[in-house]
Amino acid sequence: MKSLAELQAIKEKMKNKVILREGTNDTRVVVGMATCGIAAGARPVLNALVEEVNTLGLTDTVTVSQTGCIGICEYEPVVEVFEAGKEKVTYVKMDPEKAKRVAKEHLKEGKVVTEFVIKA
Amino acid sequence: MKELSLNILDITENSVKAGATLTEIIIEELGDTITLTIKDNGCGMTDEVLQTVLNPFYTTRTTRKVGMGLPLLKLAAEQTGGSLEIFSKHIDKYPNSHGTTVKAVFFKNHIDCAPLGDIVETVKTIIQGHPDTDFFVFHKLENGEVSLDTRELRQVLEGVPLNTYEVIKWIEECLKEQYSEIQKG
Repeated sequence: MKSLAELQAIKEKMKNKVILREGTNDTRVVVGMATCGIAAGARPVLNALVEEVNTLGLTDTVTVSQTGCIGICEYEPVVEVFEAGKEKVTYVKMDPEKAKRVAKEHLKEGKVVTEFVIKA
Repeated sequence: MKELSLNILDITENSVKAGATLTEIIIEELGDTITLTIKDNGCGMTDEVLQTVLNPFYTTRTTRKVGMGLPLLKLAAEQTGGSLEIFSKHIDKYPNSHGTTVKAVFFKNHIDCAPLGDIVETVKTIIQGHPDTDFFVFHKLENGEVSLDTRELRQVLEGVPLNTYEVIKWIEECLKEQYSEIQKG
């Protein structure tokens, strides 16, 4: 079984990093996780984003978090991207594959994936 | 909801919103039934709210006037011949023992019983979203049990957040290992 000693090692590794990281997270990615989002498939979208942000080495600048109902249930799963000094981008009808593209193209390379953005 | 584990994710959200510092998620798969208990020490509900909470037109959300979490869980349980019970003690009346317990029973051989689904993914998602509150997860099966208590992890982590990627990964592997131990028998 996984040992608490392993967790201890993670703690030692992360302790210094945490101090460094405070205040540097300037991009916030929010996934709608109310009943509507969950039923539409938000859980795998959230977990794909968390995985991909880590794989792409973005954990120092990007925070992935959860929120309640955004109010557009028929477009769930919904992912919102908040970047300092920029307008909010709302991605709709997401799935894990689309989430990975958003992580790579938007969060890493800075190009909004317009085909997944909600049309006004 | 395609999986009961998604209902768990959804109902646990209510506990966190009620200000719970500890939420217990207990799944018992014994015989023909799956019993799901979500017990929190949040603010609880008044008798008035308790009476309306299964009505889909009652909700705490402000974006619209429909709340489907508990009605969906009730439906999921009752369509298998099972049941849903809610016990709640509101903080005003019970300042020292407040909280809510939701208990759902499913008959797993019924054709309309949704699969339990991916408990590991649900637990990961819950902790990722709420690193500052504690969860005790206990899954009892015929031939073994799986458990996780974030209070224990928090003690070891000394301030490193539970939603740190490496910690979430550790939680995932910890749970998966426990499940594979049970499968090996």
